Amino acid sequence: MAILTLAAKSLWNRRLTSALVVVAIALSVTLLLGVERLRTQTRASFANTLSGVDLIVGARGSPINLLLYSVFRIGDPTNNVNWSSYRTLATDHRVAWTVPLSLGDSHQGFRVLGTNQNYFQRYRYGRDHPLHFAEGREFADLFDAVLGAEVAERLGYRLGQSIILAHGAGAVSFALHEDKPFRVVGILARTGTPVDQTVHVSLAGIEAIHADWRGGAPLPGFHLSAEQVRQLDLTPKTITAFLVGLNTKTAIFRVQREINEFSAEPLLAILPGLTLQQLWDLMGLAENALLVVSGLVVLVSFTVMLVALLTSLNERRREMAILRAVGAQPSQIFTLVLGESVTLALAGATCGLLLLQGALWLAGPVLEAQLGLTIAAWPPSRYELMLLVAVLGCGLVAGMIPAWRAYRYSVADGMTLRM
Amino acid sequence: MTDAPAIEADALSAIAINGLRFRWRSNRPWVLDIPAFTVAAGERLFLAGPSGSGKSTLLTLIAGIHQVTVGRIAVFGVDLASLSGPARDRFRADRLGVIFQMFNLLPYLSVLENATLPCRFSTARRTHAIAAAGSIHAEARRLLAHLGLNEPGLERRAVAELSVGQQQRVAAARALIGRPDLIVADEPTSALDTDRRLDFVELLRRECESAGAALLFVSHDRSLAGHFDRVVELSTLNATPLAG
Repeated sequence: MAILTLAAKSLWNRRLTSALVVVAIALSVTLLLGVERLRTQTRASFANTLSGVDLIVGARGSPINLLLYSVFRIGDPTNNVNWSSYRTLATDHRVAWTVPLSLGDSHQGFRVLGTNQNYFQRYRYGRDHPLHFAEGREFADLFDAVLGAEVAERLGYRLGQSIILAHGAGAVSFALHEDKPFRVVGILARTGTPVDQTVHVSLAGIEAIHADWRGGAPLPGFHLSAEQVRQLDLTPKTITAFLVGLNTKTAIFRVQREINEFSAEPLLAILPGLTLQQLWDLMGLAENALLVVSGLVVLVSFTVMLVALLTSLNERRREMAILRAVGAQPSQIFTLVLGESVTLALAGATCGLLLLQGALWLAGPVLEAQLGLTIAAWPPSRYELMLLVAVLGCGLVAGMIPAWRAYRYSVADGMTLRM
Repeated sequence: MTDAPAIEADALSAIAINGLRFRWRSNRPWVLDIPAFTVAAGERLFLAGPSGSGKSTLLTLIAGIHQVTVGRIAVFGVDLASLSGPARDRFRADRLGVIFQMFNLLPYLSVLENATLPCRFSTARRTHAIAAAGSIHAEARRLLAHLGLNEPGLERRAVAELSVGQQQRVAAARALIGRPDLIVADEPTSALDTDRRLDFVELLRRECESAGAALLFVSHDRSLAGHFDRVVELSTLNATPLAG
C-alpha cells in the first residue's frame, strides 16, 4: 500500500510526461471503443429497422442493394417492378399482405416514400413495434403527407403545413414539383429507424406529381394543374419494391423461388434477415480491419508509455538506492514501477471511456439525424468492458518491462548511488 | 580490538565481523579481507580511509544489501547470511538508518514525507516514532527541529529547493526516526563546506547519543575524528593488498 502511494507521488512529480502518456492511452482507448461501439450499434440499429416481413421483392439486382434502398433508404434502385406483376403476386393465396414502396422523390434531403395504408398497419420495427402517430392521421387525400418524427422536428413542421416535393433524392434539387404541394396530415412517433427520416405519401400522390413528366423531366408545353390531375386514373404503372407477409412461414422458400423465376419480368425476392447477414459478412472484413488498426493504436500508446518510463528509469537509480537503504525490498521496487504503469493505464482507460461518452453525447444527435444511427451512450457493453480489461492487461504486461529493469538495478546497485 | 570476539558477545555488539573476505565476482580480486572488527552497541565510531578503499562496500555488506560469501557479519547478534533477502531488507528497515554522501532524498516527496520514509517500510520504526512523540509527523518535526530545521513552512517544501546542508539534515532525521539501533553514514559531510561539516557531525553525534544509537561514520576527512568515541583506519583492518 505504502509503495503505491509512492508510485502516485512519483507520477505526479513527472506530471507533464504522465499526462501526455495518459492522453495517448486515452485517445487510443477512445478509438478502440468507438470503433466497437459503432460496429455493434450499427448492427443493432439495422437489425431493429424491420421486423415481421417475410420477403422483400424488387427488380432483379443485388440482394444487398435491394435491402439497402427498400428498407434503409440507402442508395438507389436500379429498376422498377411493374404494377401488374405486383398485383399478381399480391393476390397469391399464400400472401397475407403486401406493402408497396415507391421511391425516387425527396423533400429537403429527406426521402419521399409512396405507399398505401398497409404501411401504417403492417410495418414493424424493433421487437414487433407497430408505427404510432404522434399527431394527426394516415394520408387519405391525394396530396396528403405523413412525416417521420425526424423530418417534422428538424424542419419544424406542424400539421397543415404545405410542402413541395423535389424530383430525385439529393438534398438540393432543381426539379421541384412546385405546382402540386402536399399538406401534412400526420406525424409519426419516433422509431429510431429510417422511417423517422421519411416523408410518406400515397402511391397515387407519387403518380399525380409525375403525370405531366416523362423520363425524369417535365414535358415541355404540357402542364396539368393539381385539380386536373385528380381526374386522371392514378393507378401507378410501376413501383420500386414491396414487402411481403405470408400466411404460413413454411412457404417462404417456395414463394421466394417462384418470385425469382417469375416469367413476366426479372424479379428478386430476399429474406431480410438472411440478406442482412450477407451485408455483415461483407462489412465484417472492414470492421475487423478497423478493430485491428485501433488495437495497434493501443499498442503504440503503450510503447509511448514504455519510452517515458524507461527513459526516466536511469535517472531514478538513485531513488531506487535510497528506497533500498530505508528497507524497500527489490520486489517492492518492482511493485512501485509496475504500479506507475498500471496507474497510467487505468487513468488512460478511464479518460478514454469518458472521452468517448462525451464525444457520443455531442455527436449523437448528428449521427442520428445523418445516418439514422442511435448510439446508446451508457452503459458500456460487456464486450467493451472486456476490451478495457484487455487494455489494462496490456498496461500490466508493458509495465513489467520497466519494473523488471528497476528490479535488476535495485539488486545490482544496492545502496551505491550512481550519478 | 584485534582480538576476535566470542560469538556470545556478538549480541552486545552493534557490529561483529569475523574472517570476512569479499569480492564482487569470483574472477575479481578481493576487495575486503577483515579478520575481525567490532562496534559496540551505542558506540560512535569514525572509520577513516581514502575513497576506493572499500568503505562503501563494507557498509553495503553491513546493511545486508549484498551477501557475504566468506566469513561472518553479525549485526546486533543476527548473522546476516542466515536471513533471507526480504528478511534482511526488513532487518535493515527496522534496525538501521543510512545517510549517503549526497542526494539522500526522494525528489517527489516533501521534507516531512522524506523524513518519515522509513516508517512506511518498518512497523517497528513507526511504532517507536509514535511512542516517542504521538505520531510519526510529530516525531519527524521534533527531529527536524533538533537538527535546526524549524523554520516555518520548510517541512512542506520540495526537497529540491533545500540547500545541500538542509538536505543532509533531513537525511539525518530520516536515519534517526523510529530509533534504529545503528546509524550508518557514508561520507555525509563531503558535499558540505567546512563550517557546516563540523555542525553536522556534532548534530548527528548528539542525536545518536540521545537516541542511544551506535554510529558508524565513514569519511576520509580526519579533521572530524575528534567528535567520536573511537577512530579506526580501514587500512589497518583490511588485509587486502588493494586497500589504500
